[in-house]
Amino acid sequence: MSYRLLSVDKEELDISPPGLKERNYLGLSDCSSVDSSTIHNRVQDGEKSNLNFKATELRLGLPESQSPERETDFGLLSPRTPDEKLLFPLLPSKDIAASATIGHKNVVSGNKRGFADTWDEFSSVKGSVRPGGGINMMLSPKIKDVPKSIQEERSHAKGGSNNAPAAKAQVVGWPPIRSYRKNTMASSTSKNTDEVDGKPGLGALFVKVSMDGAPYLRKVDLRTYTCYQQLSSALEKMFSCFTLGQCGLHGAQGRERMSETKLKDLLHGSEFVLTYEDKDGDWMLVGDVPWEIFTETCQKLKIMKGSDSIGLAPGAVEKSKNKDRV
Amino acid sequence: MALRLPSKVLKHILSFIDSNEDRNSVSLVCKSWFETERKTRKRVFVGNCYAVTPAAVARRFPEMRSLTLKGKPHFADYNLVPDGWGGYACPWIEAMAAKSPSLEEIRLKRMVVTDECLERIAASFKDFKVLVLTSCEGFSTDGIAAIASTCRNLRVLELRECIVEDLGGDWLSYFPETSTSLVSLDFSCLDSEVKISDLERLVSRSPNLKSLKLNPAVTLDGLVSILRRAPQLTELGTGSFAAELKPEAFTKLSKAFSNCKQLQSLSGLWDVLPEYLPALYSVCPGLTSLNLSYATVRMPDLVELLRRCSKLQKLWVMDLIEDKGLEAVASYCKELRELRVFPSEPDLDATNIPVTEQGLVYVSKGCRKLESVLYFCVQFTNAALITIARKRPNLKCFRLCVIEPFAPDYKTNEPLDKGFKAIAEGCKDLRRLSVSGLLSDKAFKYIGKHAKKVRMLSIAFAGDSDLMLHHLLSGCQSLKKLEIRDCPFGDTALLENAAKLETMRSLWMSSCFVSFGACKLLSQKMPRLNVEVIDEHPPKTRPESSPVERIYIYRTVAGPRMDTPEFVWTLHKNPEIGVSKLAIK
Repeated sequence: MSYRLLSVDKEELDISPPGLKERNYLGLSDCSSVDSSTIHNRVQDGEKSNLNFKATELRLGLPESQSPERETDFGLLSPRTPDEKLLFPLLPSKDIAASATIGHKNVVSGNKRGFADTWDEFSSVKGSVRPGGGINMMLSPKIKDVPKSIQEERSHAKGGSNNAPAAKAQVVGWPPIRSYRKNTMASSTSKNTDEVDGKPGLGALFVKVSMDGAPYLRKVDLRTYTCYQQLSSALEKMFSCFTLGQCGLHGAQGRERMSETKLKDLLHGSEFVLTYEDKDGDWMLVGDVPWEIFTETCQKLKIMKGSDSIGLAPGAVEKSKNKDRV
Repeated sequence: MALRLPSKVLKHILSFIDSNEDRNSVSLVCKSWFETERKTRKRVFVGNCYAVTPAAVARRFPEMRSLTLKGKPHFADYNLVPDGWGGYACPWIEAMAAKSPSLEEIRLKRMVVTDECLERIAASFKDFKVLVLTSCEGFSTDGIAAIASTCRNLRVLELRECIVEDLGGDWLSYFPETSTSLVSLDFSCLDSEVKISDLERLVSRSPNLKSLKLNPAVTLDGLVSILRRAPQLTELGTGSFAAELKPEAFTKLSKAFSNCKQLQSLSGLWDVLPEYLPALYSVCPGLTSLNLSYATVRMPDLVELLRRCSKLQKLWVMDLIEDKGLEAVASYCKELRELRVFPSEPDLDATNIPVTEQGLVYVSKGCRKLESVLYFCVQFTNAALITIARKRPNLKCFRLCVIEPFAPDYKTNEPLDKGFKAIAEGCKDLRRLSVSGLLSDKAFKYIGKHAKKVRMLSIAFAGDSDLMLHHLLSGCQSLKKLEIRDCPFGDTALLENAAKLETMRSLWMSSCFVSFGACKLLSQKMPRLNVEVIDEHPPKTRPESSPVERIYIYRTVAGPRMDTPEFVWTLHKNPEIGVSKLAIK
């Protein structure tokens, strides 16, 4: 198994070139122990392409190294030392710089391993399971979070926790706090930041976002956006992987290259529409009411296939099929 | 010649045995003991509503007076179980209404309860006394009104963190007009306002009321008026604890509290205005339980309150207490048995969580009786864990949530293996464990080997490989519930340890690498397990080798579920998918 340590400039995070680029999201530039000669830019080969449709793709590889004692069984991952972790990437630690100062050469912090690691495994483990589109869809979304959040970290000044980045992604169910508590605290924290005169504050307003065909839900805080455009682009970023994964399924096992434009076509075209469930339980198309009213009435968001949304006109009251409680 | 204990004598002996675990053991001795036990069991506990049919339970325990049921898996609390998965109370209520009409108490956790269900309860059980719904959903205040109005002997009505369709506060007026037998009322999870006059009248005509938990819509004024009418309360959940600062308001509040001489437990305290906290000082010395976990109050104010609570046994608080505050707790609250520290900013991005591992170390050192811990913080060290284990070998429940996934020991950059090894080895009575932070397979080897009494284990973002799961399933003698998310292991360990799954209540795995093929194989080979694949992609369209999103496996004598939604696959539902192509080892 060979791994490559890949790095890139921070500025490139915002660029969306048609080609494929490796990115370094773990602040390797801060890590003096990493030998720069091991860092090279390499164009991805075809089999990784279905992950690299976006410039913000995270790939992380490590130089050749393998723990001697254990063997890979059916498990999809090979064993590794704790510092070379095959892990699901999540929102990165803000102390990336701090964590990068490890004595190990060529090893980035044990904290945040790129999803790319995992992907490397999938593509290079011989004869083992090929997860195909499925695992991409399952794991890719988390990787999308990484670049976005790092992007925000680096572009926003780190204030207190009241900073509201443009698109705050969430991993479902982590940290493990009951939603009852989350919701209660979201509203009470906001109340406490105002004077006690009964004025309702603007706390976080999380709504679940589901997408037809996506393996799980995400959540977004509607209060971090001020208009539909922002919401739309955030959702686009969050769910783009699912879309492409889907194309991959129908295509040649997810190996086709997808360009930026094709992605945008998918989301903006007739393929998908954004709908929401309002306080009465009706599903409506997003975009017809003023933003403020929308935030007050929206309970859930759903990205539906265009074909499923026939019958949902602005203001229409068709109750679409949904997985609500009994 | 075998001596047989006359059943009358056995019955008498059994009347002293309350623990269901002991009764379960008794029922295994021989057939006559089984018969005597089953005919005398009054309190029935079913940890998984799909493990047994309601009819079977009703048949086995004809004298049942109290039924406790749990539905959804624990991770449903964190939104990992899609809506509509199941856990419906209705079939149980129907069965009990028909076969156990003398049922008096129903306690449900994580179940879907409808208004019809509640109406059925009200109509079917003549002497109904206790209804406790924890983390349930699916009903409205109309259902509550039905219970209130029809159950004339109702003693306990508690809605704990339920999701209720709140149609208004009228339900409160449905209690009987003459005196009620209410001992405990908890409506803290309801949103809408109740009429204070209704509440006042209810409290006045409920002479036995000992526990009252209000919802946030009740104001401080309302609270004062209630306390005046119910100074005998032992448990109180306040409403909102903020109001315009007025000296008279404070004095009234203070006086009202000082009249509550029996108050032992205090909770609620939403929107606390720190200036009102001193009103509580008079009750602090008698408090054994204090839930400040919704009170966004700074450390100095918290310490002023807590230093007066010398009898405190249970403390739930937010991380605003800081390490310094926990140090104070360690020196003032020497009777502390349970500590929970919740994050005030429950976001992954939060970095300024004001507690560190040091806070927990202080409490572990200072509070000798500490046995239950739930602690959220950003990062931890092995040294701290080792100290905690050494100081508190009497820990029974240790749930550490290092919010940053994969966070190593931040001083040494090692995984937290050594620390959790110390916990597993040192705390010999540990029954519940949640691990977090950077962990390798080694950590699970230690846990498998040493955590002999752990019954419930929760794991997230941990381990290196299949070995982790193998260590756990082949060790952990007492393991009953295992829940895992986002760990990198696949099928081998699961299949090799399939037999273990029949000794456990349930196994939950989500975002791991268990393949659909393995799920099928497990279903085929283990008929006494229900293997549920919860996946929004229909497994039919996926290759066998593809990983499933979530898998929930539980032992059952009830056979396959009949109420699965479309996103839950079971072998029973789709037998046409066929035999697994996996090699049988």
